[in-house]
Amino acid sequence: MSEILFEARDLSRHYLVPQGVFRPKAVVRALDGVSFGVMAGHTLAVVGESGCGKSTLARQITMLETPTAGSLKLDGHALASASKATLRQLRPMVQMVFQNPYASLNPRKRIGSILEEPLKIHTTFNAAERAERARAMMARVGLRPEHYERYPHMFSGGQRQRVAIARALMTQPKLVVADEPVSALDVSIQAQVLNLLMDLQTETNVAYVFISHNLAVVEHIADEVMVMYLGRVVEQGPARAVFDTALHPYTRALLAATPRLNPAERGERAIVRGEPPSPLAPPRGCAYASRCPLAQARCRDEAPALRDVGGHRVACHFAETAR
Amino acid sequence: MNRPTHPLLELWRDFARNPGAVGGLVVVLALVCCALFADGLAPHSPIEQYRDAILTPPAWAEGGRAEFLLGTDPVGRDVLSRLIHGARLSLGIGVVSVSLSLGFGILLGLIAGFSRGWVGTAVMRLMDILLAQPSLLLAVAVVAVLGPGLINAMYAIAIVLLPHYVRLTRAAVVSERDKEYVQASRIAGAGTLRLMFITVLPNCLAPLIVQATLGFSTAILDAAALGFLGLGAQPPASEWGAMLAGAMEFIQSAWWVVTLPGIAIFVAVLAFNLMGDGLRDALDPKLKR
Repeated sequence: MSEILFEARDLSRHYLVPQGVFRPKAVVRALDGVSFGVMAGHTLAVVGESGCGKSTLARQITMLETPTAGSLKLDGHALASASKATLRQLRPMVQMVFQNPYASLNPRKRIGSILEEPLKIHTTFNAAERAERARAMMARVGLRPEHYERYPHMFSGGQRQRVAIARALMTQPKLVVADEPVSALDVSIQAQVLNLLMDLQTETNVAYVFISHNLAVVEHIADEVMVMYLGRVVEQGPARAVFDTALHPYTRALLAATPRLNPAERGERAIVRGEPPSPLAPPRGCAYASRCPLAQARCRDEAPALRDVGGHRVACHFAETAR
Repeated sequence: MNRPTHPLLELWRDFARNPGAVGGLVVVLALVCCALFADGLAPHSPIEQYRDAILTPPAWAEGGRAEFLLGTDPVGRDVLSRLIHGARLSLGIGVVSVSLSLGFGILLGLIAGFSRGWVGTAVMRLMDILLAQPSLLLAVAVVAVLGPGLINAMYAIAIVLLPHYVRLTRAAVVSERDKEYVQASRIAGAGTLRLMFITVLPNCLAPLIVQATLGFSTAILDAAALGFLGLGAQPPASEWGAMLAGAMEFIQSAWWVVTLPGIAIFVAVLAFNLMGDGLRDALDPKLKR
């Protein structure tokens, strides 16, 4: 049984948005009361449409930003109360792979120095030791030795993403946040990169927080799934349970929208109409009520809390009737 | 696999691929040699006045004398010697004032670009105030505070040029700052100084190099204007701009006194611009084969 590596409890991140000189700043609740845990060597997939808070979540996990409220625990250390020295030690344990491999590599640096930068910052290795490690990592992600001297613009998208993955793994992290790591890639390359990520997970027991809007990819890679809508979790649980018995109408709409090759697997279409409400003025009740086919008066008045239903957690008043 | 070449050697290889840039470099080196060895190269003293040879035309023109190859000026000083000695002052002014304003401009621009609070705003508003003054007036005001003289003129020009570099740096930094590769460096643990100078700055250099080579010409011309107003190089020091300004009245009667310093400024500025262009291209890895 693997232990819990990373834990978030009631995590919230609010942004203040200026509305003009004479008006008070508005509050955007980009993340609101999100709780989850990631086991060592496991993959948590975070799913949701644009603007649901996925990338904000990534910035909190990677310590780029400090959450407004809630606690984060990495490897038993509470990040909010950790000393600077502890944070410095924890920093290399969480790394990130970005969505766009064309923007995430410094165009002025060679692949070698991109890979060695984390070692330069965190270790006392000399140049030869760093180079040796960088080359070893390049071999592991399927790059050739001569790529060491090259610049990022000489590579294809898939190769660049391999470089980005290699950089994330240089510090031997325990957790890697992958923010839509394959959505910018050619479909034929996506599978290669996903398989690489899964192979590396088996080799190094690294945990992934895998952010995606592509449920086909998530189904392939995830152990746990967390579906988000407007900064809140609407459904979370083991991947199998969520995929087989999706209870929240939003999850079911997402699943129905996933393309299937086999006609027998295609469910009924559940088209989501309209737009999500503005995060500046979230509705009093359920955020999904305005688009939900099951919505009733209660949904508009009372926000549903996350509760256990049939092996996973759902935030819907009518989760039972949905089954 | 071949051994990695030294970065400087590689920079030279990329630079040498551009013939214009190499030409510029050759001219710049020649000017630097003139400046360094002016005492040996110049046929006459730059301040000695040959009273019997006032306004002698260049040697090849009618009435010219072989000893004064490029003629003499209204008080009988040898133009060639003054130009050679002038390289010292003019290049010095250009190099010193451009390096000063480039250095401080990059520093302030990085600070302004990285700080999202009041520090950045304060720096930029200060630069706006500097930009709002007519540049020559500002230079005159600075010289008036510091006192006339060549060194103070350099400081004045550096201050006048400064806002351009600060704005340029800040604009480039702001556009790079939030890119994913900077975030990636941050997640890798890079501190603010490392992010500023190692991650972001190299990606902001291209417009700065071009601006610096253009600023070089502005510096020489501004120094000339200050010299003309009596606030820059003091007579009898030979400085290209001052030579140009001081002989303006003879443009009809003795063309060489005005034209030759002008050509010297033109050639120096062109050479620096070509060199800067080549340097920018050589520093950009995207243009490498």
